[in-house]
Amino acid sequence: MLLRYRGGEGMLAWAFHRISGVAIWAFVVLHVIDIYLVGGNPDAYNELLAIYASPIGRVLETLLGAALLYHALNGLRIIVIDFWPPLTRYHVWLWRLNWLLFLAIGVPVAWIILKPIFGL
Amino acid sequence: MSLYTRSGRARPRGGGWELAVWYLMRLTGVGLFVLAITHFLIVHVIYDPSQQTADWIAEVRWSSLFWRAFDWTLLMLVLFHSFMGVRTVVADYTRGGVRSAILMALYLTAIILFVLGTLVVMTLPVVPNGPGNPA
Repeated sequence: MLLRYRGGEGMLAWAFHRISGVAIWAFVVLHVIDIYLVGGNPDAYNELLAIYASPIGRVLETLLGAALLYHALNGLRIIVIDFWPPLTRYHVWLWRLNWLLFLAIGVPVAWIILKPIFGL
Repeated sequence: MSLYTRSGRARPRGGGWELAVWYLMRLTGVGLFVLAITHFLIVHVIYDPSQQTADWIAEVRWSSLFWRAFDWTLLMLVLFHSFMGVRTVVADYTRGGVRSAILMALYLTAIILFVLGTLVVMTLPVVPNGPGNPA
């Protein structure tokens, strides 16, 4: 079902939206538990924090940020088209605009998250 | 208004709970666009994960009512939006008893996270005169 839906940019937008959404959901489950530990077991939280701040943690956080930014931008595109259907005609153009914003915002943020790996 | 969109779920016909969820997904989505992105930028751009120890959260991050209220609002929006989103995914790929069992586990998880998250944000002691909360 994931790759047979409608086709073209609309299908890709839908598949990425679904994959990024499930990924963010999985992190939310983990994240509420780790923040609970700030009160419940601060030492366990601090140990987990060391993983978040490690190189592997930073790569995963960059991927999380990418999922969040894509999902947020594409979600806004969905809402705009839902409430203003004539814009459906320009959905591919809106999808390209999404990727432009994704790169313009995402690349600098990714650099800030990843640069400590390189000692910067 | 058209029922057909290019990548969103079609607006449910009729009214009731399913239509309410459809609107609420969009409403919470707009809220999360602001709150979740702001949260991510605070945690990863303004501060670095390496700073954010349990003591730092108590003394700086959660030293004001505003940021506790901000984070609790974010928690409410993200629990509704993410669990209702996964519910749609589960409903697309499962049926019958399997679907019911997975949805039960899903709702139970959401309730547990609601309790854990609310508990910590509301009960973590405020550190008076901490670095982020000068006298």
